Amino acid sequence: MEYYFKTEQLSVGYQSEPLIRDIEIGLNKGEILTLIGPNGAGKSTILKSIARQLKLIDGVVYLDKKDLAQMSGTEISQKISGVFTEKLKTELMSCEDVVATGRYPYTGHFGILSKVDYAVVEEAMELVHVTEIRNLDFTKISDGQRQRVMLARAICQEPEIIILDEPTSFLDVKYKLEFLSVLQELRIKKGLTVIMSIHELELAERVSDKILCVNGEYVERLGKPEEIFKSGYIKSLFGIETGTFDEENSSMELEAATGEPEVFVIAGDGTGRSVYRMLQRKGTSFITGILYKNDLDYPVAKALATDVIETESFEPIKELLLKEAKEKLDGCKRVICCKNVFGTFEKANEELLTYAKEKGKDVEMTRQIMTSNDRKGMV
Amino acid sequence: MQKRRKYRYFVTFLFLGIGVFFFFALNICIGSVNITLSDIAGTLTGQKNSETIARILWDIRLPRTMAVMILGGALALAGYLLQTFFHNPIAGPFVLGISSGAKMVVALVMVFLMGRAVRVTSTDMILAAFIGAMLSMGFVLILSQRIKGMSMLVVSGVMIGYICSAITELVVTFADDADIVNLHNWSQGSFSGITWENVKVMALVVCITFITVFLLSKPLGAYQLGEIYAQNMGVNIRLLRISLVILSSILSACIVAFVGPISFVGIATPHLVKKLLGTATPIWMIPACFLGGSVFCLFCDLLARNLLAPTELSISTVTAIFGAPVVLWVMAKRKKERSV
Repeated sequence: MEYYFKTEQLSVGYQSEPLIRDIEIGLNKGEILTLIGPNGAGKSTILKSIARQLKLIDGVVYLDKKDLAQMSGTEISQKISGVFTEKLKTELMSCEDVVATGRYPYTGHFGILSKVDYAVVEEAMELVHVTEIRNLDFTKISDGQRQRVMLARAICQEPEIIILDEPTSFLDVKYKLEFLSVLQELRIKKGLTVIMSIHELELAERVSDKILCVNGEYVERLGKPEEIFKSGYIKSLFGIETGTFDEENSSMELEAATGEPEVFVIAGDGTGRSVYRMLQRKGTSFITGILYKNDLDYPVAKALATDVIETESFEPIKELLLKEAKEKLDGCKRVICCKNVFGTFEKANEELLTYAKEKGKDVEMTRQIMTSNDRKGMV
Repeated sequence: MQKRRKYRYFVTFLFLGIGVFFFFALNICIGSVNITLSDIAGTLTGQKNSETIARILWDIRLPRTMAVMILGGALALAGYLLQTFFHNPIAGPFVLGISSGAKMVVALVMVFLMGRAVRVTSTDMILAAFIGAMLSMGFVLILSQRIKGMSMLVVSGVMIGYICSAITELVVTFADDADIVNLHNWSQGSFSGITWENVKVMALVVCITFITVFLLSKPLGAYQLGEIYAQNMGVNIRLLRISLVILSSILSACIVAFVGPISFVGIATPHLVKKLLGTATPIWMIPACFLGGSVFCLFCDLLARNLLAPTELSISTVTAIFGAPVVLWVMAKRKKERSV
């Protein structure tokens, strides 16, 4: 099938100096494409070139099989609208006025809005929830509100493709989620195609149908989120040198502490994560175990611990591993136990705790040990 | 909201319209010889036949007042266009050195042509001034690409103005005595000595320019939002920018050609009018600016003629007194908004 939006051998850049070459994008109607990549990689340049803000250095952009370069300014403005990082300059304009400027391509010679235009403005404002601030001066609202007004403005232009350059950067988490939900709503209701750049990788992974990774002179990868978020790739794309990014959970951890491990952390079932991070903040290196590979603590432990004593999920812990753990515990001055209840498959960890106490280690319990009576109460 | 706005627009236009009529009448009536409204009515209907009053009215007051009205409006409009073009609230034909550039070329042409006893027509003057205005504008444009920041742009404009003025002075020094008197009056800015012939030409030029500007009000509104967004709205930015440069230069040239450089009307009026209207939308601002400029200049010329009569003040002296505080107010206001 022919793609609805397509670029062929697209080269973009400034002053006929190509920055990124041979960009080949294919999108179906209603798909969301996200551009990710390090700062200065040229995400904005690609977006601006597609929106025809910048002259294409080479190649063609097709929209519905039509060459964008052959279309008139008005024709394009009725098909593509955008929210860019550049600030909108306004003077004495209310938010509603700003949204209404989106109707520009549809109004007559003097730009007078018709009843239909006002209805579209109203609908757009309702969609992004800016109706309450419609009469406020655009220069006097918060960044988050401004971003939503800008989106309403872009929606009001009734485009087929919307281009958004870092639209979520100034939004708090509530509005981030709301913003992306609006995009999803639009693609379902109106078949809107979205091309945007975004810095929040976890959001990019969740909202995108396709992700384009921009790095260096060529597009590094283009594919579905699950094809992009593969172990180690994000680290190499962004050149992460301190800390880690876990592609499977799209979460990041700061740089792990180095040096001889001082603490042994007995953890599991998600109880250890906060302790690992606390130790990282203090710059204390540690060993942790025994963890199943599917434990919630496991990815954080892998990122922060000097050594992780691990075993296959859903398998009993082997004697040999327990012995190894005990040896490693011997080398640590302190022990932190995050568990107060040990399940049937965690008996080895309970034994580790007893061993530590026997050895006279400085044992710190993060939770009160539960007696069997307490446990009955829980059930 | 919409209704309240329309009401405000209506009141503003009514206010400005009445202002134009009021000061127009005052300008005609008040002077070294005071003329009453009944004198005017008598002269027009031909009942009271006073040759002197008819002459004063027809040959001096009316053409002069017409010129003040037309060129005052043109000045304010030129200022508005330049402010929009540069996204700079303190731009204007005078501070950007455009008036001075026009003045320089006009002075050159006058001295060389008059020296050869060639008659200089209004059209020649406008053309000369236009070339000068474009010359200055060209310099400002080149500088504006290298210099960022609104204050620096204005400083460079003022510098260009000084250079042009210096050259003008140099030319005047070499001119004949008779020319010097003429040139001196004119280079200070004065509405005296305007003929009906002048008024016809300036009315035609300003009228055509005004209509063209008004027809551009939609893309101008988009351009105000910033070039990126204007482009996204389908505006041909290049064409619009070129049009703005040419139109503001024509307006500035027309003013300089007839009355010399006049300061502060161009910068101050758009801000006052904007404050009155409560909007910056070009479709309202363009006509309101024109009317506002007319009122402002009519008022200032009235003072210039009568304050120290029989000595006539240069118009710029008066416009500066009323216009400069407005510019200061604008800058102070911007600073405050930015610090918030």
